[in-house]
Amino acid sequence: MFDNLSDKLGGIFDGLKRRGALKESDVQAAMREVRMALLEADVALPVAKKFIADVTKEAVGQKVLKSVSPGQQVVKIVNDAMVEMLGSESQSISTASVPPVPILMVGLQGSGKTTSTGKIAKRLTEKENKKVLMASLDTRRPAAQEQLKILGEQIGVKTLPIITGQQPVEIARRAMDAAKLQGFDVVMLDTAGRLHVDADLMTEVRMVRDLVNPHETLLVADSLTGQDAVNVASEFDKQVNITGVVLTRMDGDGRGGAALSMRAVTGKPIKLVGTGEKMEALEEFHPERVASRILGM
Amino acid sequence: FTQRKLDSETLEELEDLLIASDLGVSTAMKLTESLAEGRFDKEITDEEVKAFLATEIEKILSPVAQPLSLNSENKPHVILMAGVNGAGKTTTIGKLAKKYRDEGKSVMLAAGDTFRAAAVEQLTVWGDRVGVPVITKEIGSDAAALAYEALDRAMAEAVDVLLIDTAGRLQNREELMAELAKVVRVIGKKIENAPHDTVIVLDATTGQNAVHQVEVFQKLAQISGIVMTKLDGSARGGVLVACADKFGLPVHAIGVGEGIEDLDAFDPKQFAEALVGIEG
Ligand SMILES: Nc1nc2c(ncn2[C@@H]2O[C@H](COP(=O)(O)OP(=O)(O)OP(=O)(O)O)[C@@H](O)[C@H]2O)c(=O)[nH]1
Ligand SMILES: Nc1nc2c(ncn2[C@@H]2O[C@H](COP(=O)(O)OP(=O)(O)OP(=O)(O)O)[C@@H](O)[C@H]2O)c(=O)[nH]1
Ligand SMILES: [K+]
Ligand SMILES: [Mg+2]
Ligand SMILES: [Mg+2]
Repeated sequence: MFDNLSDKLGGIFDGLKRRGALKESDVQAAMREVRMALLEADVALPVAKKFIADVTKEAVGQKVLKSVSPGQQVVKIVNDAMVEMLGSESQSISTASVPPVPILMVGLQGSGKTTSTGKIAKRLTEKENKKVLMASLDTRRPAAQEQLKILGEQIGVKTLPIITGQQPVEIARRAMDAAKLQGFDVVMLDTAGRLHVDADLMTEVRMVRDLVNPHETLLVADSLTGQDAVNVASEFDKQVNITGVVLTRMDGDGRGGAALSMRAVTGKPIKLVGTGEKMEALEEFHPERVASRILGM
Repeated sequence: FTQRKLDSETLEELEDLLIASDLGVSTAMKLTESLAEGRFDKEITDEEVKAFLATEIEKILSPVAQPLSLNSENKPHVILMAGVNGAGKTTTIGKLAKKYRDEGKSVMLAAGDTFRAAAVEQLTVWGDRVGVPVITKEIGSDAAALAYEALDRAMAEAVDVLLIDTAGRLQNREELMAELAKVVRVIGKKIENAPHDTVIVLDATTGQNAVHQVEVFQKLAQISGIVMTKLDGSARGGVLVACADKFGLPVHAIGVGEGIEDLDAFDPKQFAEALVGIEG
């Protein structure tokens, strides 16, 4: 299928002499291939369209370079534009605030919030020497609080004792109070999975946000997400003001177009990526790697 | 309503509409090409376009709409749930258990996810909700050994249906896929023709990777059917059309929420109409 975009673009520009400028018709033919690659990689349609329009404008009329073939030149323009759109410099989780610093984890059901909460807590504890408290506000999914507790035991990070029957806002308050009293640096608040179209649950998480005033609000999203990525990211951002994205299941073989979609519609950085079920499977976001993956190169 | 000429620009817009529902580029192109046949450059209304596309999609989906029915000759009828992480396997088992229980069947669950934190506890809560026994082993146990034990118990107690949960796994993780293949093998050794159903659970928010998920799980774990979850959100699950077209595997049911009753029969007409944006 779409093994190598470079080869395809090479073909389109074969006839072009190594002189003059990139012609609009050639660029447009090339962009049809790029568009196809983006859509097959699950880049959301409006994002793909805008990207193509921007890159076409940039490429048309550019002088053909002597050092590379026109095909390679266009590949580079496309690639650079995508890296730029994905966010060139990596940004880590910030804890630079008055302790205890609240970090709120939000996202759709099953996206990897609880697992990522554990992974980030482990990282902050081990790499940044922070004293972290984790609390599960998930009173809905069976054994969700138990899940976070077990992860805490595995990684040696404290979790807020479970009080059955307590509601999310009360748990959040109790977590902040306990953290203040016991001198924790960071409080990680794991929440129940929710749909961005579920008004009641979105209100609930907003109430938690308003109470704790999180320093980071991270949207945990599945890198295998399809076209819905734009709706999910823009709605969560609009409704709870996210500060960044954690992209999970990057150990899969998906092309990862959701990364571009989410970044493009929110402008918020992708801060970390999950690469497995285990607690150490958390990595920095590398825009160049993701760009090559999306473009299939 | 609006009427317009079915020219290449309109066709591209329609293709985009389908792509935006996760149908994928090639399926979308196939559909718009068949629409264009004999109609190109003619006047057509939006309603006609949508009705045509919905009908074409329904034609692809109708043959695969088959509920997960139990064969009473199987004692027990063994259903194995598989799929990538977080798709909704455990929840779907809870919902199916409730459904079979309501039909008067005796049901047993097996907590075959011996890996993820609190996976056993999660299934145990579902077992309690439905009022059916759950076979468990401590975390870290061999999933195949747990399945074997559960089969023993289910046969001894002559239950009608045994639902076996498994840990989530991505299809490109070879070692985890080999482990699943082993579970399937062990079940087949114990009871001929079992598992009678091996269901892959797909998350409706997943994009084109779902096609590859089905492909690999079918090859390594002999998948016999599909359940698609999370259709209560804004994703329309169009990748199911590509899957139906490519694999022809039965689609047994859809998940429309987190509650015990939130499992619906798969209705190809309704699904197709939602995909092309006809209000139901
Ligand atoms: N392969 C892989 N699996 C992951 C990753 N992150 C999480 N998971 C798995 O995905 C599944 C769901 O993860 P959870 O952390 O329970 O997800 P959640 O968002 O808390 O789910 P809910 O609370 O039900 O909404 C589990 O099986 C995790 O082990 C990842 O980066 N890679
Ligand atoms: N909105 C919605 N949520 C669902 C649906 N089905 C499952 N979920 C939720 O999705 C999350 C993951 O469901 P699980 O049943 O734990 O998924 P799983 O495949 O067993 O996950 P792992 O065992 O970790 O791989 C939970 O929060 C469920 O409540 C559905 O149809 N709609
Ligand atoms: K959905
Ligand atoms: Mg969770
Ligand atoms: Mg499970």
